[in-house]
Amino acid sequence: MSEIAENLQYYFQFPIVRYALTVGLLVALCSSLLGVTLVLKRFSFIGDGLSHVAFGAMAVATITGITNQMIIILPLTVISAVLILRTGQNTKIKGDAAIAMISVGALAVGYMLINMFSKSANIAGDVCSTLFGSTSILTLKKQEVWLCIGLSAVVLCVFVLFYNKIFAVTFDENFSRATGINADTYNLIIAVITAVIIVLAMSLVGSLLISALIIFPAITSMRIFRSFRSVTICSAVISVICAGTGFFISLLYSTPVGATIVTANIVVFLIFSIISSFSGIKK
Amino acid sequence: MNKQIICKNATLGYEDGIVTENLDFTVNSGDYLCIFGENGSGKSTLIKALLGLKPQVSGEIKWCDGFSAKEIGYLPQQTPIQRDFPASVMEIVLSGCLAKCGLRPFYNKAEKELAENTMKQLHIENLAGRCYRELSGGQQQRVLLARALCATRKMLLLDEPVTGLDPKAQAEFYELISKLNHDGITIIMVSHDLNAALKYASHILHIGKKQLFFGTKENYLTSKTGLDFIETEGGVIQ
Repeated sequence: MSEIAENLQYYFQFPIVRYALTVGLLVALCSSLLGVTLVLKRFSFIGDGLSHVAFGAMAVATITGITNQMIIILPLTVISAVLILRTGQNTKIKGDAAIAMISVGALAVGYMLINMFSKSANIAGDVCSTLFGSTSILTLKKQEVWLCIGLSAVVLCVFVLFYNKIFAVTFDENFSRATGINADTYNLIIAVITAVIIVLAMSLVGSLLISALIIFPAITSMRIFRSFRSVTICSAVISVICAGTGFFISLLYSTPVGATIVTANIVVFLIFSIISSFSGIKK
Repeated sequence: MNKQIICKNATLGYEDGIVTENLDFTVNSGDYLCIFGENGSGKSTLIKALLGLKPQVSGEIKWCDGFSAKEIGYLPQQTPIQRDFPASVMEIVLSGCLAKCGLRPFYNKAEKELAENTMKQLHIENLAGRCYRELSGGQQQRVLLARALCATRKMLLLDEPVTGLDPKAQAEFYELISKLNHDGITIIMVSHDLNAALKYASHILHIGKKQLFFGTKENYLTSKTGLDFIETEGGVIQ
């Protein structure tokens, strides 16, 4: 045990590790909060779709050779989030098909662009780390960490300030509209902050695993908790604990960060499922 | 009697077609109006128009005397999302107060008291901490009714509120609505349930591709539309 502690202490001497942990916990917190709403609104796949878009955007950013890739990735993903939401309301192409089109399209175009224009010698490695976030979290620069902290703070503030409205719009959009709440605006806010979270999470878990961070904590806490507030709080706690645990395990055993965090989430999900089925029998 | 809604020769529809036309009716405060119509006759479009969510194609819909579309307490049909939604009764009832909050992010004391008193009025105060999805159908409807009453005390618009309830819960729900109507709340109910409508309603609006009938219940019972409908539905004249 003391060996593990010493080991961790050794790692935490490096600022890179501290940065990575900070970013990881913040991203986990933000994504879990919004996850509850996305899962309940049947928007789980928006997360998945947008993460593919973010991959495409990253490809574009890579070939332009800009150092701060966020400048390209963030606006592109936010615009796609708005588009996906709009097409979701359009009757011509149904929501899920629209999301699938945009996401797979972005993935394909992104991969093609990287292959055609990248000057890097290790294209497969680049693509893999974008998709699974294998090592990129340990290469964060100080500037990116501050950006992440800033954006997370914005997301948290928006969520807390609009918590009651988000609940109302999620539970019953028609009723909210009827009482004069501008549901479209709140849907837009939800979509935009989802896009921001996904861009942030890309450096942590990579674009393929982001939906796990959004969906798992929410589904897990819904197994046991029964009010919106308790589900939201529990899912935030689960997500932060899993991100922390996954991060430490990946440091100690050199496993990929993103995959380890997601695996931790799966384990907690299974535990909660078992608890809920046992308590269900008692009833 | 104050007029609350006046609908003059209104035509409702979408860009690609008219759903229903020639709508001409008035809702006074204290009325109990039942809206009949077959599927596809434009009932849901009419609901949206009355709520001010979808403007009419032509004609006029007016909310009068300081009454506005936002002051209609709406009881929508249940959506599939709600059936497995983790929310406590208190959270749902409170969300009826949301329009009163405006830009303020949280509920204040008065709104919490309003929610509690409304739950007492509907005898669901003991359910406050319970999870919505675990309640019976009748209890769920009362919760949604409490939410609508938190939003307004002037008018309720109910969209097929007893669908899926067992007969006892249906009867209880109708009695509750009737009591609220006696307390002075205007009721507009879209319904399939002819017998209940004939028992409780004061006015009937029957729509098809156009307006087939509007008037008091007594006149409806002697009109051709009314008699035909009663015959096909097998209703009992009370």
